[in-house]
Amino acid sequence: MLSIGLGHYLTLAAIIFTIGVVGIFLNRKNVIVILMSIELILLSVNINLVSFSIFINDLSGQVFTLFILTVAAAEAAIGLAIIVIYYRNSGTIRVEEIDSLKG
Amino acid sequence: MIAHAIVFYIFSLIAIVSAIMVTVSRNTVHSVFFLILDFISISCLFIMIGAEFLGMIMLIVYVGAVAVLFLFVVMMLNVAQQKNEWFVASDSSSHIPIGLLVSLVIFSELLIVIGGWKYKAELQESINLNLNLNLTNTQSLGYVIYTDYVHLFQLSGMVLLVAMIGAIVLTFRKRSGVKTQSYLRQISRERNEGVELIDVETKKGIKIDA
Repeated sequence: MLSIGLGHYLTLAAIIFTIGVVGIFLNRKNVIVILMSIELILLSVNINLVSFSIFINDLSGQVFTLFILTVAAAEAAIGLAIIVIYYRNSGTIRVEEIDSLKG
Repeated sequence: MIAHAIVFYIFSLIAIVSAIMVTVSRNTVHSVFFLILDFISISCLFIMIGAEFLGMIMLIVYVGAVAVLFLFVVMMLNVAQQKNEWFVASDSSSHIPIGLLVSLVIFSELLIVIGGWKYKAELQESINLNLNLNLTNTQSLGYVIYTDYVHLFQLSGMVLLVAMIGAIVLTFRKRSGVKTQSYLRQISRERNEGVELIDVETKKGIKIDA
């Protein structure tokens, strides 16, 4: 309990991952909050990679965390740009009103 | 050791609570604030565990760029008044139990995986150390990034470039009625369109129609 090992970090990452997944599943209003939940999921993956990299003394995990960071930044930029043009075209970004693919 | 444990529990508690608040809070601006708090506490954990470079990069990239971008878009779209509701009594709330069930299954699967990993203790010795203890974390990461992973590093720069161009192209709006330079017309102008040679007779002058 008092000596913090790899399991503690992995459990923290699992909890944050699940919170992100719950946020995506149960959010009914706002697309931006869904994007933030995706950021939480990527963050938990980063925790996993960094803690494994530290505990088995291999730097590759941290390098890949760097790449995930890059991809997360790119994804946030593109996603927010899509949200901005969707808002400009349709005037709303509420999840329940985005149903033009329903047919 | 005890101090390490106390700091870990405090920071991870803050991270978990703020992650919950990101998804639960009714105001989107508050969600962004809690996202920033989450990133900061996780980067503190990274610094504490010994990955200083990634902790600092995380502060710069996530808090300095991504969270500010989120805040910017939230303020620009004026969705702060639009409440973020969870358990709305509408027809779409029927998949709340299924969603909770699926995420519970995901969480227990993750926990089973973590518990199962603990039994394989020989992984610790099976991997040889490529860490030089005389170097700092940043230095050793630099040695790896610019040698073994240099192509992936360049490719990640390419990803950022594509994202930047994509975001610009997506949000670019052509406005009508604005006087701007037309570079194509400007470059493709020829001499005989702009200059004309006229023979002026003496003492007669010439009339220029302006």
